[in-house]
Parts: sequence; structure tokens; C-alpha cells
Amino acid sequence: MSQPATVIPAPYRRSEFTRAWRRFRRYRPGLFGLCFILALVVMAAIPDLLSPHSHTQIFRGMRGAPPSWSHPLGFDHIGRDMLSRTIWGSRVALIVGLLATGISVAVGVTIGAASGYLGGRADATLSRLVDTLMAFPVLVLLITLSAVLGPSLVTVVVIIGVTGWAQYARVVRAEVLSLREREFSLAARAAGAGDARIIFRHILPNVMGPVIVLASLGIGGIIILESALSFLGLGVQPPTASWGGMLSDGRGFILIYPQIAIAPGVMISLTVLAFNLMGDGLRDALDPRQHDASLDR
Amino acid sequence: MLRYLASRLMQGAVVILLVSIGTFSMMHFIPGDPVDLMVGEAQVTQEQLDMIRRKWGLDRPVHEQYLAWASNMARGDFGQSVIRTGVPVRTMIGEAAVVTAKLNLLAFFISIAIALPMGIAAAVRRYSGFDYAIMVSSTLGLALPNFWIGLMLIVLFSLLLGWLPPFGLPSWKGYIMPVAVIVANQTALLARMMRASTIEGMGEDYVRTARAKGLVERVVVSRHVVRNALLPVVTVIGYRISFLLSGTIVIENVFALPGLGQLFIESVNRVDYQVVQAIVLLLSVLVVLGNLITDMFYGYIDPRIRIG
Repeated sequence: MSQPATVIPAPYRRSEFTRAWRRFRRYRPGLFGLCFILALVVMAAIPDLLSPHSHTQIFRGMRGAPPSWSHPLGFDHIGRDMLSRTIWGSRVALIVGLLATGISVAVGVTIGAASGYLGGRADATLSRLVDTLMAFPVLVLLITLSAVLGPSLVTVVVIIGVTGWAQYARVVRAEVLSLREREFSLAARAAGAGDARIIFRHILPNVMGPVIVLASLGIGGIIILESALSFLGLGVQPPTASWGGMLSDGRGFILIYPQIAIAPGVMISLTVLAFNLMGDGLRDALDPRQHDASLDR
Repeated sequence: MLRYLASRLMQGAVVILLVSIGTFSMMHFIPGDPVDLMVGEAQVTQEQLDMIRRKWGLDRPVHEQYLAWASNMARGDFGQSVIRTGVPVRTMIGEAAVVTAKLNLLAFFISIAIALPMGIAAAVRRYSGFDYAIMVSSTLGLALPNFWIGLMLIVLFSLLLGWLPPFGLPSWKGYIMPVAVIVANQTALLARMMRASTIEGMGEDYVRTARAKGLVERVVVSRHVVRNALLPVVTVIGYRISFLLSGTIVIENVFALPGLGQLFIESVNRVDYQVVQAIVLLLSVLVVLGNLITDMFYGYIDPRIRIG
């Protein structure tokens, strides 16, 4: 069966995107979030060009030295340049935030779609699994898993990813349940489409709006989780610079070198704020009927 | 109502069973033989090793080991700490649980007492300066990591002002900062929810009816809007227990409070798996119970739920 290429004219498709962009642009805080994230991406992509010093180089005799002109954020507890470490730390935050969210979305959409489309016993079992996962204190699970598997960047990404999919599964399941009964699904079935084609071509594209919104609102939470794990010593291991790990150093020396704990915390807060605001903007743009999803976390 | 209760109890039991199997098998996957770890460098014969294995039941098949462990747990016998030898895990957990309970209950009630009135007030005076301030501060409250707020409080109140102790519990003052941090996060979320829920309630038909029959705005809000708007918030408060417990782990470590979270991290770092298993199981039972109580309460205040 050959598909006629002119069913949807190109200008119409572009205007769909343009309209979403127009709606997004109206929400100023969301625009700020987007700009901050873009800056962060640049930072994480070329930290070696942007940071004035190496993030692991130790300056002798500069332990905990306060800010100066050549080192605007001062030094940490063993004499490394704080500005360089803060810049390098953006890499860990973004890698974990984006990759772990990616894993969660992939798993959650698959399980949610299967659960909603298949129904019956499979749906009941999967829904119970989702309930269990959502009710359990995530951090307890992450700490135990990280200790058992051995803490590292890869461990952190994988365990956060495979424990965080429940909320996506829940949303996708609910959407699929209603979309499955809509006329266009029925029409596709009448035209002879199989289950796989209906799911991938007709149902999932309609689910992507809420999922994108949820994911952009979820990244902030994941970045906080990663920094909490690193803060407890069970995340990314030194000497790699991560904001949570730097805060852990800051806690150890808080009464002697309090400045260590400031910059990484500000960066975590701004990053999480930026993702949350962008998520709010995306919700306005892509999914106007949805209520405040940040409250469901 | 009884049928609803029974089915929820069953679901809770299934969740606890799943968690217990998960915890048990996770501890089994840890690389390294526990007996080798215990014996360490000591010179022992193969017979002695076998004897130790028999004594601990490690020579039996896995499912028997699980059943023995689970029945011990159910009877409240959490075994003995491998690191602090001789001390029953139950005693360690009991001591720590008191601190955690005080910390979280205090924070829980204070945040409810602050958040609900603030959320309602913001919704009633929507788009006002007050509403704007609530929204901005709750947005910030959700974005700032709680352990960083804790660190900054230490810098301000312990280092610069010298009013409060930075770590531990030398007196009741040790609770002030940790409680404040948990309250900040909780209040941000609950106030936001209460505001959204109240705004939604204001648009309902029965609210227009209440206004139309001439009720004072204050009565409309307190009798008709808030009562219904509380429903979704109550559920969220109940389900937040698991989040509270997650938060307490980090906060107790920031302020070096001898609670469950601190004990948990210490045990994880010292590979004291008897304690880790017991805490994970205990927390999951707590969460299941909390959710159950929430459902009961919800079913009690909203009769519509029981039918479904």
C-alpha cells in the first residue's frame, strides 16, 4: 500500500510546531529556563575550554582559600579551584538527569502502553507493580542498590532510570485506555492495521505531549536525587566533580570553609528551577488541559 | 466498607511480601560469602566453616533460608548486628526510631498548619501580591535541595550567629534546623496543592449556588470550597510518607542526628546487612500502613470512594 505524500501539506505541519512555540514563548519563566539549560548544555559539552583550571589540579597551600580575582569561587578543602569544579560538575548533573529520564521514559511508556492496551490480567499485575514502586521510598531503594552494585556514574544512571518509570507508566496507561476507544483507533483497525501499528502509529504519538511535559518536570527531581546520592557518598565517586559530592565536602568542612558549600548548591537549585520552569512552559504549550503535574510527584 | 478494607489489607500484604522478597534477594546478590567476611583472616578448617554455615542455616536451600528469615522478621526478631556484636538490631532500631519519629511528626504537623491556610488564602486572593509571593516561594521551595538548605542554615545560625548547634542533639535546639528544612519542602508542595485544589473548587456549581442564596464569602469558602478542596490534599499528605522518609535520610545525615536515616547509611557503609534489611523492611511496612490509613480516612470522609 503506497501512502499518498500530500495528505498532510507541509506548511500545516510546521504551523503545529509554530503554534506550540508561540504558546511556550508567552510564558517568560519557561523561556528563562530554556536559556539557562542551553547555557548549561554548552558548559557540560566543553568544560575543558570554559574552566580556567583543571578540575583535579591541586594548588599547594591553598586549602579552603577564599575567593580571589584569579579564583573567583575560591578553593575546596584540598586546594582545587572551585569554579573549575563547578563547571565540570554540570556534566554529571546533565548526564544523569537526561539519561536516567530517557531510561525511565522508555521503560514507562512501554509498560504503560502494554498495560493500557492489553488490559485484563497483565494490566492488573503491572498496575500493582507501579503502585508498589510509587509508594516505596525511592532514596532507600537507590541507596541499597548503589551499595550492592558499587557506586559509579553508570550505576547511578541505571538505578535512577529503572526505578523512576512508574509515573510515566501510570500516565501513559490512562491515556492509552481512552485513546484505544477513540474513533481514529477504530478506523485504523477497520482499515486492517494490526495492534503494533495502532499502538506505534496512532496511539503513542498522541501520548507524547503529556510524556514530554512530565519528563521535563521530572529531570529536576532526578538531578536532586543524584546530588543526594553523591552527597551521601553513594553516587558519582571522587575525584570526578559532581555538585552533590562537592556539597558533601562542603558539609565536612562547613564550620571551617563554609564557601565550599555555596556554589554547587546554587547551581543545583538554578538547574532544577530551570527544568521545572521549562516544564511549566511546555505544559502550557503542549498539554493545556493537564493540571499542575509537578504536584503529582 | 468492610470489603473495601479487606481488599486494601490484602494489597498491602502483597506489597510487603514483594518488598521482603526483593530485600532478601538483593542481599543475596551481594558479591562475597558472608562466612568468609565474618571469619576474615582467622585460621579455620573446612569443618569449622561447615559448622558455621550449618549454625546460620546457610547450607539450606534459598527458599528455606528466606522462610526462616521472614518468620524471624514477622516475630520482631531482627537478628544481631554484625558490626556492633551482641547488640540486637531491634534495640538499635528502637533507639533511632524515636529520633526519626519526633523529627518527622513535628515537621509534618507544622507544615500542615502553615501550608493549608496559606494555600487557601492565596487561592481566595488569586493574582494578588500575596498569591504571587506564595507561588514564587513554593516554586523555590520545590527547586532547592533540602540538604543544601540545611547546610546554609548551619552557616547562618551556627557559624555566623552562633545561636544553634550545627550537629547532633546536645539539647532540644538540635531539632530546630532539621525540622525547619523538612517544613520548608513540605510546605512548598502542600501550599501549592491546596491553592490549586481551592481554585478548582471555586468554579464549582454548588459554590455558585451557595453564593446565590446569599451566603457571606467567608462562609462559602470555609463550608463549601475548602471542605471539598481538602480531599485531594489529604490523599497527597498520606502518600507523602514515603517522601518524608526519603527526606529524613539526607537531613539526618546533614545534621548528624542519630535517627533511622543515619543508622541506615552507616549500616550500608559498614556492610552491616542485618540492620539494612531490617530497616528497609520496616520502612516499607510503615509506608504501606500509611497509605492504608490514608485510604481508610479518605473512604471515611468521602463516601463516594467506597462504592468503586
